[in-house]
Amino acid sequence: MAVYKQTYKDYSGKRTTPWFRFFILARYSYARLFQSRFLVLFLSACMFYPFSCAVFIYLSHNSPLLAALRLQSAAMPPIDGQFFNVYCVVQGSLAFLLTTFVGPSLVAPDLANGAMFLYLSRPFSRIQYVAGKMTVLLLLLSLITWIPGMALYMIQTGCVGWDWARTNAWLAGSIVLGLWIWIVVLSLIALALSAWVKWKIAAGALILGVFFAGAGFGAAINNVTDTKYGAFINLMEVVRTIWSDLFRSSSSTDLSVNEAWTVLGVTCALCLWLLAKRIRAFEVVK
Amino acid sequence: MQTVVELANLSVCLGKREILTDLTVELSGRTIGLLGPNGAGKSTLILTLLGFYPVTRGTGRVLGHDIRRHKKQVTALVGYMPENDSFIADMTAVAFVRMMGELSGLPAESALERAHEVLFYVGLGEARYRKLGTYSVGMKQMVKLAQAIVHGPRLLILDEPTNGLDPSARRRMLRLIRDIRDSGQMHVLLCSHLLRDVEETCEEVLILKQGRIVHYANLARERSVNQRFVEIETSDDHAGLAEALTEIGCTCTIHGSRRLKMVLPENFDLREIYRVAAKQDMLLRRLNYRRDTLEDIFLTAMEA
Repeated sequence: MAVYKQTYKDYSGKRTTPWFRFFILARYSYARLFQSRFLVLFLSACMFYPFSCAVFIYLSHNSPLLAALRLQSAAMPPIDGQFFNVYCVVQGSLAFLLTTFVGPSLVAPDLANGAMFLYLSRPFSRIQYVAGKMTVLLLLLSLITWIPGMALYMIQTGCVGWDWARTNAWLAGSIVLGLWIWIVVLSLIALALSAWVKWKIAAGALILGVFFAGAGFGAAINNVTDTKYGAFINLMEVVRTIWSDLFRSSSSTDLSVNEAWTVLGVTCALCLWLLAKRIRAFEVVK
Repeated sequence: MQTVVELANLSVCLGKREILTDLTVELSGRTIGLLGPNGAGKSTLILTLLGFYPVTRGTGRVLGHDIRRHKKQVTALVGYMPENDSFIADMTAVAFVRMMGELSGLPAESALERAHEVLFYVGLGEARYRKLGTYSVGMKQMVKLAQAIVHGPRLLILDEPTNGLDPSARRRMLRLIRDIRDSGQMHVLLCSHLLRDVEETCEEVLILKQGRIVHYANLARERSVNQRFVEIETSDDHAGLAEALTEIGCTCTIHGSRRLKMVLPENFDLREIYRVAAKQDMLLRRLNYRRDTLEDIFLTAMEA
């Protein structure tokens, strides 16, 4: 129908499958996010460390170039679990910063503008809503964490050969699993806090607070009570414990691996509970 | 005619308070008005039909689908225009309506085409690339209507659509509702406390009070039936007159001590009224033809 005919016309065309409708939210969110030059610049800056690592891997296997640069291959640090553990810490920190920038703008504006019942009065569920919003973070964080991590693994394989890849296959699993855990935890915390406070700036501050204040309080509790219980609220330490275990490096944290997994499980459950409570069309005041 | 909304002993509790109590009705009109004072449960009923509030007792069906068991089918057939502000401020109108269309199942290209169409239809064609945050109240109401009809629903639920509109915008909104009704492609459920809006657009009216149905009126049938509505005013108390007129076949309702409204039977001779009054030695001060307005119906229901 031409747009100049201003009479109501019914729609009788085809409909899309409900399963992938959650991705519509992600698509529109990306369109909005990538209008920000800061985000594009930050994403580019996040690629600096993986790129440097790639150059380092190439360099450490290129003897003529090392000789030209007057470097000795024996003096170069090995490409092992420790190397990828450091990579996870660096890129994980950048992922955290990216989450504090992107996360609060996902759910809080919808709740503040009362847009929830526009979404939920359609054939679109709360689970699809959360999945759609979470996809935004999961894909964005994947782009700067495990995807370049796997690229580094492949570069190392290309330089050394498939034998190295076979012996160090566990490294690939550790990169993917370790960083997926981190981005899932970050995404859930960002969405839950953004849904809880309904205000973008406050949500951003709260995300920072959960990690930094958690670390500070944790250290204070440990010092005052002379126990290690403070480590339970220090999420950075919790994740570092898991990464050290996954990359078979020595851990300097106060937590055991089982305790760290339990803390992460509880954190995720708490975030899901908060999302289930807040992502509704209407709140019933009892 | 297909039943649009069917309620059977439907009750809804929020917290420990019962908001809707034993609603039983079948509505099948092209446009249905939901009336009631503030707090009567109109919006709660709408939100229950949309599946936002759980049903405590009884059943409800929208276009044949159970609201508890077939929530997705119900929401696929319904377009909802909420009462309160609900939009995404930093989106343009066309992007917003397109996204809502896509979420309702339209493919991306069709959703874009429909978004342009419906925005022109509601009169926002020229402003469709402006951000919603810059819209006036009237424009926001129109964009809410646009998002509700973009996917071509079978039932359009409008919750206080003329709220905050100036007279010309209100007329435009009512004209659009009548146009949608007359297109014959969707049913309209209009929730309002403005009787004039409902009277101008609706065929059926359901009046709620304190969570209960207090009156149901089929305005279309009442308008079409060849009944004669007469109102008389007497000089004295008319209790005896009402009784005598009922005996000769009139249906009387009493409004005040000196006013009497009645529906006359077929082939009734008006002179009979004067004869009966003369017999009772009663002076008729005024007699005029009059039919109950929606306001009369509403006030009677509220007094009941």
